Amino acid sequence: MTGPLLSVRGVRKVFPLPQPLWRGLRGLPPPVVHALNGVSLEVARGETLGIVGESGCGKSTLARCLVRLWDVDDGQILFEGQDIGGLKGPARRAFNRRVQMIFQDPYSSLNPRMRVRQILAEALSVHRMRPAAEIPPRIAELLDLVRLPADAADRFPHEFSGGQRQRIGIARALAVEPEVLVADELVSALDVSVQAQVVNLLLHLQERLNLTVVFVAHDLRLVRHISHRVAVMYLGRVVELAPTEVLFSAPAHPYTRALLSAAPELDPARRTSRAATRGELPSPLDLPKGCLFATRCPLAFDRCHAERPEPTPRGPGHLAACHLPELPAQSQDRP
Amino acid sequence: MSARARVRPALPATLVLGLLLLAVNLALALAPGLIAPYDPNAFDYNALGQAPSLAHPFGTDNFGRDVLSRVIHAYTVDMQIAVFATIGPFLAGTLIGALVGYAGGLAETVLGRIVDAVITFPFLVLVIAIVAVLGPGLSNMYIAVGIVDWVFYARLIAAEMKVQQRLDYADAGRAMGYSPARIIFRHLLPNAITPALVYWMTDMALAILLGSSLGYLGLGAQPPTPEWGVQIADGKNFMTTAWWMSVFPGIAIVLTGLGFSLTGDGLAELLRVKK
Repeated sequence: MTGPLLSVRGVRKVFPLPQPLWRGLRGLPPPVVHALNGVSLEVARGETLGIVGESGCGKSTLARCLVRLWDVDDGQILFEGQDIGGLKGPARRAFNRRVQMIFQDPYSSLNPRMRVRQILAEALSVHRMRPAAEIPPRIAELLDLVRLPADAADRFPHEFSGGQRQRIGIARALAVEPEVLVADELVSALDVSVQAQVVNLLLHLQERLNLTVVFVAHDLRLVRHISHRVAVMYLGRVVELAPTEVLFSAPAHPYTRALLSAAPELDPARRTSRAATRGELPSPLDLPKGCLFATRCPLAFDRCHAERPEPTPRGPGHLAACHLPELPAQSQDRP
Repeated sequence: MSARARVRPALPATLVLGLLLLAVNLALALAPGLIAPYDPNAFDYNALGQAPSLAHPFGTDNFGRDVLSRVIHAYTVDMQIAVFATIGPFLAGTLIGALVGYAGGLAETVLGRIVDAVITFPFLVLVIAIVAVLGPGLSNMYIAVGIVDWVFYARLIAAEMKVQQRLDYADAGRAMGYSPARIIFRHLLPNAITPALVYWMTDMALAILLGSSLGYLGLGAQPPTPEWGVQIADGKNFMTTAWWMSVFPGIAIVLTGLGFSLTGDGLAELLRVKK
């Protein structure tokens, strides 16, 4: 397969805030939150791309733009080379079928008044996946696929645990036989003991159904476990994008390094001193002119405050948006 | 099917009691002639203003009409008022509220201003003003209530729709490519309608009180139609000498209102989403 399946090009997304009347009367534009500030990345068919970053970095916004729950304000998202922003009618429905989303909150992502059978049957019949007579056996098949008992079909969502609900959400997405799954914080609302089950189920399904997965999460270990490549986001920009092992062993962006060193490490031999970040996250209402991370970066110099770095290649499949050609060696001393 | 039987909860006691009361009301409303001992409009000049007795358990009024028979026949009129005055506002308000709550933006602002404009006036005064323009009578009363009352349902539903459509299951429907109509009516509305349904029950009780108030003022049901409000109005001049003329229709109003209120409470309990 040539060319990426999904391609994000310079995407911007802003959210206008409610504006006080006096500002409107003076003709001032409403204040906006800059959620995505020129995001570019590509997703190849069959791979798992992890997207990580702290809360508010725009990773969920990007996930919602990828399935076109929200339209982008600038830039493009291409699916098989076609701009998804222009899809209408049947073409849009076909796109919706092929690119599905799994939501973060297992308690609000299922309609509480519909039985599992109705939830799945609706997806199957709206997209005409099966003739009416084959819908019940297909529902049984889907439940089996996500390892839920067959009698789950006649129950309501409130009768299930969080992990089971997440699996119902996965079954709903799989009902329409998508090619891409966008999982937005799939397990962050679940107990740790249940997280592994759900993640392993996703991995198993990906292999079995040859799915392309965009896995949005803030848990680095989880992302490392399941992703082929990882994109690190900071304040609505991708600051580093690399194959998983490269990113975790040789990060090229100071923010990535700080993020990695902030993650707890069980093996004392692999523990390093914390790469310090200082200062506060800039307000997404009023972004700095230069590098967005410059206000917190321990390595920032004059150019960082004046000029915003674009992603540049650092190795095969490795991009980082930093003015420093390489990071200074990190001290191995324990503090 | 055992799974279904297992999840079916017991009906709330309030709902059972409320429905029982309403069932009695409905029976009386549909077949008053079978139960009422006398013709409600037959004058008996030999039995003017008699106190309750075995022959006339609720007594007789100043024309010698049997109060029990008039109270029973009034069920037909008053239950009709309860349903006819409110079903239009319930349906229209729910539909408008659902669409406006989903669309948001300008539609929501416009609805908000209409609601403000309507609730600025006391409900009864507004209805009386409209009836005064249209002329007295039950049909005009339904129209008057319909013009005003839908905004309360629309406001309730619009607010609830706004809450529901921010939940992920609404986005899940959108990501599935479901049409807005499907998302509004199949997904969001069933989750948003409970407060309106409960309010509808209360509103039917309020409509009976309103019908009675208008009857009392001579703007609703016209004599000699038996109607509780009219009966209470007729009896007010005889309160000290013939209390039964007003008290028994009053009790009928209270019991009917109680039936609707209990049913509303029970419905709220029954339809509450379990967590």
